[in-house]
Amino acid sequence: MGERILELRGISKFFPGIRALERVDFDLEAGEIHALVGENGAGKSTLIKIITGVHQPDEGEIFWRGQRVTIPNPTVASRYEIAAVYQQPASFPHLSITENIFMGHPFLRPLSRRLDWKRMHEKARELLQSLGSDLDPRTPVGTLSTAQRQIVEIAKALSINARILIMDEPTAALTKREAEELYRIMRELRSRGTAIIFISHRFEDIYEVADRVTVLRDGKKVGTWMVRDIAEKDLVRAMVGREITQLFPKAQVSPGKELLRVEGLSKTGYFANVSFTLHAGEILGISGLVGSGRTEVAHALFGIAPADRGKIFVEGKEVTIRNPLDAIACGIGYLPEDRLQQGLFLPMSINDNITIAILDSLTRRGWLQPEREYEVSSKMLELLQIKAPSIFSPVSSLSGGNQQKVVVAKLLAARLRILILDEPTHGVDVGAKAAIHQIMSDLAQEGFGIIMISSEMPEILGMSDRILVMCEGRVSGILTREEATQEKLMEMAVNIDWAKFREMDRVGVGHA
Amino acid sequence: MGLESIRMQRVKSFSFRWEWLLFVLILGAFFVNVRLSPHFWNYRSFMDALSVFLEAGFMVFPMVMVLVAGDIDVSVASITALSSVLMALSHKAGLPMGLALCVALLVGVACGYWNGFLISRVPNLSAIIVTLAGFSIYRGIAYILLGDKAVSGFPSWYAYLAWGYIGNTGIPFMLVAFLCCALVYGLLLHRTAFGRKVFAIGTNRTAALFSGVPVARIRQILFTLNGLMAGVAAIFLTSKLGSSRPNVATGYELEVIAIAVLGGASPSGGKGSILGACLALVLMRLLRYGMGLRNIPGQVMMVVIGVVLIGVVMVPNLVASRRKKVTVS
Amino acid sequence: MRRGNGAQIRRLRELGILVFIVIISLLVGIRNPRFLTFGNLHDMLLDTAVLSVVAAGMMFVLVTGGIDLSAESVLALTGMVAGILIKDHPYLSPVLMLLFGVVFGGLLGAVTGLVVAKGRVLPIIATLSMMYIYRGITFIVSRGEWIDAHEMPESFKALATGRIFGFSNLIAVALGVYVLLYYFANHTRTGREIYAVGSNLEAARIIGIPTDFILWLVYTLSGALSGLGGVMWVARYASAQNDTAAGFVLTVVAACVLGGVSISGGAGTIPGVFLGAITIGIINNALPMIRVSPFWKMALQGIIILVAALVNVAIARNLERAQLRERETLRMVRYGA
Repeated sequence: MGERILELRGISKFFPGIRALERVDFDLEAGEIHALVGENGAGKSTLIKIITGVHQPDEGEIFWRGQRVTIPNPTVASRYEIAAVYQQPASFPHLSITENIFMGHPFLRPLSRRLDWKRMHEKARELLQSLGSDLDPRTPVGTLSTAQRQIVEIAKALSINARILIMDEPTAALTKREAEELYRIMRELRSRGTAIIFISHRFEDIYEVADRVTVLRDGKKVGTWMVRDIAEKDLVRAMVGREITQLFPKAQVSPGKELLRVEGLSKTGYFANVSFTLHAGEILGISGLVGSGRTEVAHALFGIAPADRGKIFVEGKEVTIRNPLDAIACGIGYLPEDRLQQGLFLPMSINDNITIAILDSLTRRGWLQPEREYEVSSKMLELLQIKAPSIFSPVSSLSGGNQQKVVVAKLLAARLRILILDEPTHGVDVGAKAAIHQIMSDLAQEGFGIIMISSEMPEILGMSDRILVMCEGRVSGILTREEATQEKLMEMAVNIDWAKFREMDRVGVGHA
Repeated sequence: MGLESIRMQRVKSFSFRWEWLLFVLILGAFFVNVRLSPHFWNYRSFMDALSVFLEAGFMVFPMVMVLVAGDIDVSVASITALSSVLMALSHKAGLPMGLALCVALLVGVACGYWNGFLISRVPNLSAIIVTLAGFSIYRGIAYILLGDKAVSGFPSWYAYLAWGYIGNTGIPFMLVAFLCCALVYGLLLHRTAFGRKVFAIGTNRTAALFSGVPVARIRQILFTLNGLMAGVAAIFLTSKLGSSRPNVATGYELEVIAIAVLGGASPSGGKGSILGACLALVLMRLLRYGMGLRNIPGQVMMVVIGVVLIGVVMVPNLVASRRKKVTVS
Repeated sequence: MRRGNGAQIRRLRELGILVFIVIISLLVGIRNPRFLTFGNLHDMLLDTAVLSVVAAGMMFVLVTGGIDLSAESVLALTGMVAGILIKDHPYLSPVLMLLFGVVFGGLLGAVTGLVVAKGRVLPIIATLSMMYIYRGITFIVSRGEWIDAHEMPESFKALATGRIFGFSNLIAVALGVYVLLYYFANHTRTGREIYAVGSNLEAARIIGIPTDFILWLVYTLSGALSGLGGVMWVARYASAQNDTAAGFVLTVVAACVLGGVSISGGAGTIPGVFLGAITIGIINNALPMIRVSPFWKMALQGIIILVAALVNVAIARNLERAQLRERETLRMVRYGA
């Protein structure tokens, strides 16, 4: 452990309607890996964005090597030797690795001010090699995999001699081997005296590499511990702050008839040989890392990006799904992962948002029937307890949780039997989360079939009747509620029996 | 919540609309024109002033819808030229005029359908590039067919479409046809499920797709409608000119887009109204008429249209960013 | 060491155009041997000089994801003002006139740039309007009249007729511009920042690139090159008219798209645009050679734009497919077994 390189004192940050951070203290020492953990919405990203100068704190002070500083923008942050590597790197896909590394601080020939390509390529290759990669620095970044892009981002951070490196869920999209490679790099950097702030949802990561861990919950700091001093279950308790079982009120329902059966669904480069069934009254959880093909399977079932091969049966009848209209006609609905991009029409009213998917059934010969629309949307407003002045307020004026409820309302209004919910509670506050879980449980009881994709382990374990785990585009197993534990799920999400799958790919038999 | 109170809330949300501003501007332009020329407020000349350029006005309606859906179409004037030339040629080849009119409409629909097909079915092909190519191809075909010649010799009744009046009321036939189209398109965009979906596509295309809106089909229909109305415009324009040549309607696409944007349509999608477009058309007519009275050449009008177009889009942006700055500091 | 296939395909593309050019030239040459004479090829290059200069400016705008429809009007207005200047002051040096074109066009482009970068008006709307405005101003300054060959001094017309190393001065100017722009695009910091802005605007802003300045710059640059093109045009055809270059912007965009510039931004190279411009020049020049009516020109141009855009889309799609297949095999290889 070395010198205290960065210290945050009493940092608060408010967003309209939300208190993202409340008087948070945080410190970082040279040559340590400091894990930052917490549930979604705990305030980790906000804290990171304050350190990197993307956001300004409303209260509190930042000290850099003992001296008080303000970080108004990311350029200033890089002057303080702060750099960040994100889960989905924001890079320039058309440009080469070298350019991505040096854009913003290129090497120039002293007199002509001309770019020194030779030195940049050399330095880039050197940096990549020091990270154990033999990529050609002239390769356009758009052709790289996520793991390779992260390596480029780390190289970029090294190129500005970053002493403070922030890594935001770097392992989320990586395979186990790639993650192990990343650990090696992180330890290497630590030994050179770099301080690393490391955000992760995987306890495996934390116990593998981190020295200290800070837990945030609901915008407040719970505490900081040495990793070796805190047991995993204490860490979970610190993060969640309550007994897991109370949060997730899935009522036991004896599953009814089969609603959906998928056999050998495949899409080149995304997923292969996915097979499962879904029964009425059941919640089927889909677990797996980001990039394991979970969302792609959902998109295939909903017709956004149809599968290349495989069969889909709805209530025993085989169906073809080429676009979302087909899916809806089959009774399949989808709650998208990215609610702003894929779910909402922000400037339009709550009413227009809720009724868009069922407009045709609310019209007479194509003419809008406003009264019938108002009836449906005010009913939904009441049912989901959406807090809004009226059904004519634009959705942009609502809080995140209420916005998510509007998307749910749109889905429920369509009265579909099979619901695919992709990260249904991502980024919503605790109250709204509980409400959404309650709704899911009620729906299951009424005989709906629900597929829930989630990255939150407790949510998966608490809400699902059965859990399907995906890894590298394959189904690595399906567990019942009784069989499932966090450890088992994680193990299945990162390890896969490839010999078995090659055999299956060859024979073309599904895995059920 | 009772339906009665819901209706009340809806009335309240109508407080400010762009159309009011246009209406005030029209009144202003009207009074300036009256001051400039005592003859302006003569029933006949006023009606004539309104119906000049009205043939291009037919293309404004589907253009508003294309803009609302977040697309753009710069090929409409070229489709008009091709429709006009093919109609004239088919009539010359012996087709009765009534069928020749159908040819014009069919050509428009075919060109629009082709645009829409490419734009909506080929991924990552932007509307700008497709319609820019169309701009060149459609008029280019007209040139191939006709070179620098002109075709005329239409039956005398055909001129009635553009020059005739309804009975002896002094109301131009074209104006009535225009208002009928305005009504149809206004209802289509603002009172049907189709129109609502168009707004949804323009506001957030991805979300529309995820909500089960048939995005590709609707965009296809919009571009086809654009082609159809370009064909309608060709019928009226040719009737007005009495002859057809490949260079008719040159530059109309710009004026059509300008009117749509002035009428409140946003080229980035999700905004626009048919009423606004009609008011904008009237405003442009009055401006041009007023300048004509003062002997200001048409080229100055080009400058004015350009400045108005930029101003309409830029001023709200600047005001918005100013407001943002104030709240931040 | 593995070289990414993206870079390879981009290079293949330029090779593809080159092969296309050679094949077309040979085919036309077989139909009409006069096509492949030095005199004709020189004329073709001379006709392409203006197009290539304006297309280079357009490329930078397209790379940022915009489009500059006002280029043709800037060309016409600058040409007209230059024509009036040279008519009233015949003693002005031709080189000075070229400089005047760059500066005057640059000023016009700077206004467009302000509207786009500071006014936040969509490029297509902003430049469509500026196209109208500048064309209108052209009529106003000329009072509807045009300037003839006999009103221009010989020294000025010598810009097109005079030769350096056997090539027309204008070709030399165009080549000079290309060398400068190649250097600018590939070897200066600002040049690369234009590509960064086009590739990912948000990321560019985050790492501190002055994105508004870059946007303003590309429109100014496009204006300056269009202005230069305007003076070259007036010298080449020895006349300045009100409808000079009407519809020319399409040819310019066609040259860019043909040269592999992506309309959605981020991609485009100076050599590619050069080849694209040459291809258009060959087609325009070859049409009369093989007795095709000049009225075919407009439709052909549109078809070229469309086909080039479709080819670009197809290439991008195949690239993506190849990547996906590669990812699949990598997964299998990595886990061996």
